[in-house]
Amino acid sequence: MHFEFDIEAGDFSKVGFASSQLKKIMKQLVGAHKIVKRIVVALYEAEVNVVAHAYSGKVIIDIDTEKVVIKVEDEGPGIPDVQLAMQEGYSTASEKVREMGFGAGMGLSNIKNNSDKFQIETQVGIGTSLKIVSYLKAQ
Amino acid sequence: MKVSDLIEKLNLELVSGESGIDNQISGGYVSDLLSDVMGSSKEGQVWITLQTHKNVMAIASLKDLAAVILVKGFKPDEDMLQQSNEEGIPVLLTNETTFDISGKLHKLLK
Ligand SMILES: Nc1ncnc2c1ncn2[C@@H]1O[C@H](COP(=O)(O)OP(=O)(O)OP(=O)(O)O)[C@@H](O)[C@H]1O
Ligand SMILES: [Mg+2]
Repeated sequence: MHFEFDIEAGDFSKVGFASSQLKKIMKQLVGAHKIVKRIVVALYEAEVNVVAHAYSGKVIIDIDTEKVVIKVEDEGPGIPDVQLAMQEGYSTASEKVREMGFGAGMGLSNIKNNSDKFQIETQVGIGTSLKIVSYLKAQ
Repeated sequence: MKVSDLIEKLNLELVSGESGIDNQISGGYVSDLLSDVMGSSKEGQVWITLQTHKNVMAIASLKDLAAVILVKGFKPDEDMLQQSNEEGIPVLLTNETTFDISGKLHKLLK
């Protein structure tokens, strides 16, 4: 199964649309499984990062009998130092974003902790692509 | 304990998400940092916060939390109310501080 969703940067009223859609889809496919929560948590954090840090983005989801593969691709500033960005507590979020309670610098670790494979490809000045893979059966 | 028991015992005001008042409570989580809640809260917990926008309900829903308590007289934004109703996750109001209401909730759940 294949799904795509657009993400509008800067619009916090729409953030979470792709993850709530995916939650519904996954619940139909596998029921109220623990894995569903992990997958949607990872996607939500990725969505928030596009809205908070990039200019526009796209979510591409592919589901087969073994795994869920999520790609979140954005046009944006990119991440100059991925290792630093992955550290809990590191954030460049704006004042406005922080006031809403985002910007703790924990989103990327949440994605890592809630996925089986997590890759970041990023180019400064161009954008960032995340690949998040979750296996439906425990390995 | 159910959300409805909590409303009564802690004298909270139910403003939305009424269909969730029978949700079972497994514990509590206190934080105003959304990705902290996303990372560390557990299913069935009551989330105590002063954040009043709809992303709070998105997180409460994704994490299957039992209810949200807003402290110090804070009121939810209109779209937070709406999403609380859609998700059936109650939003409860108190005039007390985070410290006081957390202490009471903790004692109650012991
Ligand atoms: N899509 C992105 N484009 C550009 N920079 C990003 C992107 N995602 C993350 N970053 C950078 O990595 C940092 C850490 O991201 P992370 O999601 O861990 O924390 P945060 O978004 O700042 O806060 P939180 O997720 O806790 O609300 C960000 O502050 C930002 O500098
Ligand atoms: Mg983030």
